[in-house]
Amino acid sequence: MGLKTVLHDTHILEGAKIVDFGGWEMPLHYGSQIEEHHAVRRAAGMFDVSHMGVVDLTGDRAREFLQSLLANDVGRLKFPGKALYSCMLLHTGGVIDDLIVYHLSDTWFRMVVNAGTRDKDLAWIRAHAGPFAVSVVERRDLAMIAIQGPEAREKTSAILPPGQRSAALELRPFFGAEFDAWFIARTGYTGEDGFEVMLPAVDAAAAWNGLRAQGVKPAGLGARDTLRLEAGMNLYGNDMDEDHHPLESGLAWTVAFEPASRDFVGRQALEELRRADGCELVGLLLEERGVLRSHQKIVPAGEVTSGTFSPTLNRSIALARVPKSAAASVQVEIRGKLHTASIVKPPFVRHGKSLIPV
Amino acid sequence: MSNIPSDLRYTKSHEWVRSGQNGSAEIGISEHAQSALGDLVFVEVPEVGRTVQAGDACAVVESVKAASDVYSPVNGKVTASNTALASQPELLNQDPYGAGWMFRVQTTSPLAGASLMSAAEYAKYLADEAK
Repeated sequence: MGLKTVLHDTHILEGAKIVDFGGWEMPLHYGSQIEEHHAVRRAAGMFDVSHMGVVDLTGDRAREFLQSLLANDVGRLKFPGKALYSCMLLHTGGVIDDLIVYHLSDTWFRMVVNAGTRDKDLAWIRAHAGPFAVSVVERRDLAMIAIQGPEAREKTSAILPPGQRSAALELRPFFGAEFDAWFIARTGYTGEDGFEVMLPAVDAAAAWNGLRAQGVKPAGLGARDTLRLEAGMNLYGNDMDEDHHPLESGLAWTVAFEPASRDFVGRQALEELRRADGCELVGLLLEERGVLRSHQKIVPAGEVTSGTFSPTLNRSIALARVPKSAAASVQVEIRGKLHTASIVKPPFVRHGKSLIPV
Repeated sequence: MSNIPSDLRYTKSHEWVRSGQNGSAEIGISEHAQSALGDLVFVEVPEVGRTVQAGDACAVVESVKAASDVYSPVNGKVTASNTALASQPELLNQDPYGAGWMFRVQTTSPLAGASLMSAAEYAKYLADEAK
């Protein structure tokens, strides 16, 4: 039996099809993942993401610790509440995990890490925290619900106490704030506006049902994957992992080489890799019928890292790792046959609109 | 429990067969199969005139999640295929035993000889598979 989130019984009552995801029993869909996808693009959907790891880092030297631990620079976080996306690297430059870190105060930062990597992440973080006297506490007492879509913020604010509604609606993109025991952030993994809410596990079912009553549609991991891929967002384990560094994974923008004096884990390896020819992560749009899937081979060279059918574009799209010299179009081997795909710049879809010519 | 019409026969790979007049057979995939696959986004049906042997992979159903082969349950020649599925693959999800039929075969050997299950046998087979 796998691990279950506090909302598991709620999902079963909703008729969810449950699958194993990194050791967790999670909803794949509640009937139709394509309908759930469209609900997020057009109105509002919600995902139980309580399987993700919430880790609080506290101490006078918490910022200094994270500046050494993460490839992106938390020195960029000037205002409390602001979030930063970063990779955590091995000394080889390989990616241990990708994560979001929130700056709650100068002595308190909160990280959200992937479910499948939380144990190794925590071991790595604890192994490096000692010299900085930073306390590392996993917040297993919190559940997390992501509410996403053009109507997500409005519908979420409707379940808050009246005195908190306007403050929640005023949160700027990539900022979060505490609302009593709830932490609400204007972040997400879909390419739509919305919130990610961390709340006491005991509140989760009531919040979920309250959102349901507002017309927010439950959505599973299936829709989460098609949404994030349309939004051009990486999935750990597919698009980057310990054997692939950020510079060949479309994540060079998350590596802060400046200031040059900041010595983060993996920096030395990346300094050499950034001068090499190597590979890059690109978007693919399949020009023919069929569906791109991870691990399909690319001719002349490369591999699909994540592929799917895009419900918004009604075409198949993918992220793929190819040599930097790749032509404008490539061939992908699908079930023994070669199919033409164009190289495009992700994201494919943002805020409900296609960003590439189809 | 999934819908298993009693007038059809079934394969272990989750196709159904509807026997028609004079050795004609209509073929599709079961309610259980479409549910397991999830939302279908592409369907490839066999060309009319193609000769098929029982067990031949002759069609493909592709969902958001995965691609799967569909096997002919019978020997014979394809006489029709459901071209509506090219533009409306969701018919397979919505009505797997009706509008979601996939192809028809003029059989060259009796269906009785094929290793097909009755509805009751298929229901038991699904129950055993779920254990």
